[in-house]
Amino acid sequence: MQDWVKEIVVDSKFENVRTLTEFVENSLEPYHPSHKALMQIGVAIDELFSNVVRYSGSTNLKLILNVNADVLTAKLTFIDEGVEYNPLSKSDPDVTLSAEDRKIGGLGVFLVKKIMDGVEYKRDGHKNVLTVVKKLT
Amino acid sequence: MKIEKKVDASNMSLALEGRLDTMTAPLLESEIQGKLDGVTNLEFNFAKLTYISSAGLRVLLAAQKIMNKQGKMIIKNVCDEIKEIFEVTGFSDILTVV
Repeated sequence: MQDWVKEIVVDSKFENVRTLTEFVENSLEPYHPSHKALMQIGVAIDELFSNVVRYSGSTNLKLILNVNADVLTAKLTFIDEGVEYNPLSKSDPDVTLSAEDRKIGGLGVFLVKKIMDGVEYKRDGHKNVLTVVKKLT
Repeated sequence: MKIEKKVDASNMSLALEGRLDTMTAPLLESEIQGKLDGVTNLEFNFAKLTYISSAGLRVLLAAQKIMNKQGKMIIKNVCDEIKEIFEVTGFSDILTVV
């Protein structure tokens, strides 16, 4: 199978996390991704899209899905036209703190960094471009 | 997501089914917030929960903080994928997974 690219644009509304997840799951199905990889990609979509909806001010989000069939790797590129925001510039939360000392928040992007094989951010003109890479096996 | 809730005196159990994410975490929050008065045993059953994101972790953390003051909270039947999410976020040290 060749590499391919698909893309989808959704309004910046929380409920569209379902649309994005289904789009990605259906598109990846022919490659028989592991249950774990698919779940982790779903978590990444949830975290990254909900951040765009909450903070970016962008009215929509474009998700570009690229699969490299040779090495069974998916690349998801999230593009919004909101305020410049690099989620990777924040320091990681201290995950050794007790429940009482834990802060609510800051966990989502940290989680994405941990469960994806690669995460990159760049500002491209007036766009935020966040890319995650994940092996499907 | 589906939530099955049972309350018996000071015991509350919540069985979750489906995805605990940005969309559904507020549902769980509304089942817990302000409703734990007098509860000393809180039990979550994750047997049918397939998925958790940080929105779900936040609700569990809030519940754990309350239960640390007034009793105990356990989570049972956690699948390996969710256990891994607990581990990388340090939640396995905060929560009691049995």
